[in-house]
Amino acid sequence: MQALYAQLLVGLINGSFYALLSLGLAVIFGMLNIINFAHGALYMMGAFCAYFLLHLTGIGYWWALIIAPIVVGIFGMILERTMLQWLAGLDHLYGLLLTFGIALIVQGVFQNYFGSSGLPYAIPDYPEVGGFRGLQGGMNLGFMFLPIYRGWVVVFSLVVCLATWFLIEKTRLGANLRAATENPTLVRAFGINVPRMITLTYGLGVGLAALAGVLSAPINQVRPLMGADLIIVVFAVVVIGGMGSIMGSIITGFALGVIEGLTKYFYPEASNTVVFVLMVLVLLVKPTGLTGRAA
Amino acid sequence: MSTLTDDTLPVTPQAMRDEMIVFAGMAVLLGLVPLTGIYPFFVMQALCFALLACAFNLLVGYGGLLSFGHAMFLGTAGYCSAHALKVWGVTPEVGILVGVAGAAALSVVTGFISIRRQGIYFSMITLALSQLLYFIYLQAPFTHGEDGIQGIPQGYLFGIFNLSKPTVLYYVVLAGFLGGFLLIFRTINSPFGEVLKSIRENEQRAISLGYKTDNYKLLAFILSGTIAGFAGSLKVFVAQNASLTDVHWTMSGEIVLMTLVGGLGTVFGPVVGAFVIIAMQQYLAGFGQWVTVIQGVIFVACVLTFRRGIIGEIAHYFRRSL
Repeated sequence: MQALYAQLLVGLINGSFYALLSLGLAVIFGMLNIINFAHGALYMMGAFCAYFLLHLTGIGYWWALIIAPIVVGIFGMILERTMLQWLAGLDHLYGLLLTFGIALIVQGVFQNYFGSSGLPYAIPDYPEVGGFRGLQGGMNLGFMFLPIYRGWVVVFSLVVCLATWFLIEKTRLGANLRAATENPTLVRAFGINVPRMITLTYGLGVGLAALAGVLSAPINQVRPLMGADLIIVVFAVVVIGGMGSIMGSIITGFALGVIEGLTKYFYPEASNTVVFVLMVLVLLVKPTGLTGRAA
Repeated sequence: MSTLTDDTLPVTPQAMRDEMIVFAGMAVLLGLVPLTGIYPFFVMQALCFALLACAFNLLVGYGGLLSFGHAMFLGTAGYCSAHALKVWGVTPEVGILVGVAGAAALSVVTGFISIRRQGIYFSMITLALSQLLYFIYLQAPFTHGEDGIQGIPQGYLFGIFNLSKPTVLYYVVLAGFLGGFLLIFRTINSPFGEVLKSIRENEQRAISLGYKTDNYKLLAFILSGTIAGFAGSLKVFVAQNASLTDVHWTMSGEIVLMTLVGGLGTVFGPVVGAFVIIAMQQYLAGFGQWVTVIQGVIFVACVLTFRRGIIGEIAHYFRRSL
């Protein structure tokens, strides 16, 4: 049973990353009509940003959690201003091709300097609270041993996902955003700066990817290709969930992570492929995705 | 919303004649290659990828369906042919047949699944399916995992042509390429091809005219996958191995890049694009990962400033369909 719970936890963690990444993809797709193939590369940049902060300037995990998404988010906004914005009005597929090219460039540059092996990033050992050294160590829950860092990743990701949902579905800013998704011309006529909103939206989506990267750095090590295979799984998650609903992306992300974790326990050979197989099944039964509207 | 190939010119007898002249010129030039002393292995490899890119282009350029998983047909046909040749010891023609049949079977299944969604979703689904297949091949015993199938015997095609002689192999590959190219050319200019283009331009209207568009898209997908598989089978004789790189998503990306550079939706663009990209990889092989970076830069540059591609620009300049 211990092993089952451990795999469930791993599943929840992967689910957190799926949720954070597919959430960002959905937000970006809503505003820019672009599937951001560079999402995996930007996730990797988030992890490297945390690594550089620690090893070049001595800035630790907690600040990296804030700084890395901002730095990568700004990088993303520069990409949007200099390249992506020129694709407005063209076929959606050009956005896919352009961001694929960006992903190749970013991953290739990092591979040149860091090879393909992983760089370690330690779990933070501060602040010390009641016998715990930062997020290191673990606690015995009776039925399983819970490494604190892993529990933290799941809880924190969930909080960030729900905060993003709240921002988009419940605030005035989010209402403007959703309105601009439906009819940008009309929203502009009301005096809202839609191009700036688009840029900020891309920055937000990219920032979420970078945040996921920082969270994963102590678990999965920092590798130039850490996002390359992940993004394909996230694409499958997006196909399963559909990009119509924010909450749908979050739930699908976590659910698929858990299913993957369970597969690792019951039939490990299929753990790499289970998400893709589920995608096939969903396409056969409900081609528009679980929460998607007809496209 | 402008489509991927927004300024294709109508097919006229004039255009058909132009294209046949260019085709004849291309066939003659390629036929002369062994006399020039150019390294035949390079040209053979480029020809295999050119046919692959043409097959991919049939789907995206004329059907509007951008597959991001076309490497799965290349790799599957490669593994099937390699296994048949090496383990079963069949003759080359049977080996090719096994590979093509494998790719055809795969394209029926994956086509049935992926045409259920359009546009970006179609691309993501084909990418996910090819990744699924990658993991299956990684674990399946007959592919030998990371090592791949190596040292594949070339043998005698139809019992006469000795494929271990570079010149003979070159002409066999060239014949295969020209045959596949003509098949695609014929498809594009057939009534079937016209319906396909109408689906690309406006699927709703094609449906309202009574066309069962799903059937057309599925057939185009199967045709494209099968010809891509044929290219993969030919490549087995050239490279004498079948490995996981041929199924990886980076390979699918390269196929897209070749077609984009040459010109999406042009008849000869994929051929030119394949030669350009293969030549670039050959000359820049010493630069390691910078090749990936350069490919990325070409992607970005093509999408931002050069969407018609090489042949597309030439055709646009002369107001001819090429």
